[in-house]
Amino acid sequence: MPTKHIKFTVNGVEQEQLVDSTWTLLETLRDKMGLTGTKEGCSNGNCGACTVMLDGKTACSCLVLAPEADGRVVTTVEGLETGGKLSAIQDAFVKEGGLQCGFCTPGFLISTTFLLKNNPHPSEDEIRLNLAGNLCRCTGYDKIVKAVERAANG
Amino acid sequence: MPSFDYAAPTSLAEAVKLMGSSGTVRAFAGGTDLIDQLKTNRRNADLVIDLKRIPELQKLEMGSDGLHIGAARSCSDVHHDATVNRLYGGLADATGLVGSVQIQNRAAVGGNVCNAAPSGDTTPNLLTHEAVAVITGPSGTRKIELADFFVGPGQTVLQSGEILQELILPKPPESSASAYLRFIPRNEMDIAVAGVSSFIHVDPATKTVRKARIALASVAPTPVRARGAESVLEGKVITEALIASAGDAAVESATPITDVRGSAEYRRELVRVLTRRTLSICLERIGISL
Repeated sequence: MPTKHIKFTVNGVEQEQLVDSTWTLLETLRDKMGLTGTKEGCSNGNCGACTVMLDGKTACSCLVLAPEADGRVVTTVEGLETGGKLSAIQDAFVKEGGLQCGFCTPGFLISTTFLLKNNPHPSEDEIRLNLAGNLCRCTGYDKIVKAVERAANG
Repeated sequence: MPSFDYAAPTSLAEAVKLMGSSGTVRAFAGGTDLIDQLKTNRRNADLVIDLKRIPELQKLEMGSDGLHIGAARSCSDVHHDATVNRLYGGLADATGLVGSVQIQNRAAVGGNVCNAAPSGDTTPNLLTHEAVAVITGPSGTRKIELADFFVGPGQTVLQSGEILQELILPKPPESSASAYLRFIPRNEMDIAVAGVSSFIHVDPATKTVRKARIALASVAPTPVRARGAESVLEGKVITEALIASAGDAAVESATPITDVRGSAEYRRELVRVLTRRTLSICLERIGISL
């Protein structure tokens, strides 16, 4: 198996890993680094459960090869809190009950973080469009949308 | 996944050299098609080449011959680009429709073209803007019309060792616009049952169509130009009736199949309707009311 030595920043910490060329970033984060907040759903880019930030932009980590992350900056759901304090977006999801089983939640939190960074006060339509790449089978989405609105507008 | 090696060249010359490696070599940009195809054994590879670190393939700039889009430039970068939004409206439409935001952040316009799916969302608009494909390989660089790039589903004219370097879209004239629409059963995140891109250049004084280009997705083995519909429009004064005739004529260029996404008959009807609608959007964008 061809292996690659990669250096990348994960949640603000520089990391070095020896990865197989065929590993995805998702496998590396979860299985090699123990960052199991990022979930594997469909593994083909439809469900968004594995969404992470790669150089500040959302990506499905199941469709990123681990060697591609060399020199890049990755943020996972574990990187959203600061000193044990939830981010405003995470807090809004808790307050609005924007989750049930929680499996899709890390992906929604990352996608919402990206959305509000680019568009601090999105309309409901913009929220739904920008979160279309994240599937939730529990909530029916309304509470997630409310959580995003709460995070955006307080 | 089956075993393969990975390389990320930082120059075009290095990439071309790597493309000549033994075994099955596959280049990729965003990887949103290829990585999934490798996982599911729909494609194999001994070596995958990540093209994103090559500066020429990340270009997005207006030159004297038109807009240069490096083959690895992401759909989201193209979608948010001011020049694209001002001059190539249909390309802004299409790059905002490919998959989700996560996919658009990774997927490249050039990759969408090279994947050569008949349903590729960006291709019809590139065809209506008469894009030129710049191809680099072991024997140098060649340019071809994008219309001649596609051979069949998943098949292109790229020869062994060649990569798509960039696409060049000639600068559209004043009083012209393009638009892309596709039909899917839900609002986002699906593959086009049918897609249509239109481009028209209209004389603002006489409302005469100087040039029309229409291209279709998901209704033939490759993306196709609807040349019959183009000739219905060109040289005529644009009216609602003319737009309707162009929609009817566009159907003649569609040779759809019936599959899980829709019947051939339904797809033909979609071509008719989407052609009319994209032409109306073009007029709106130019600022011509009928």
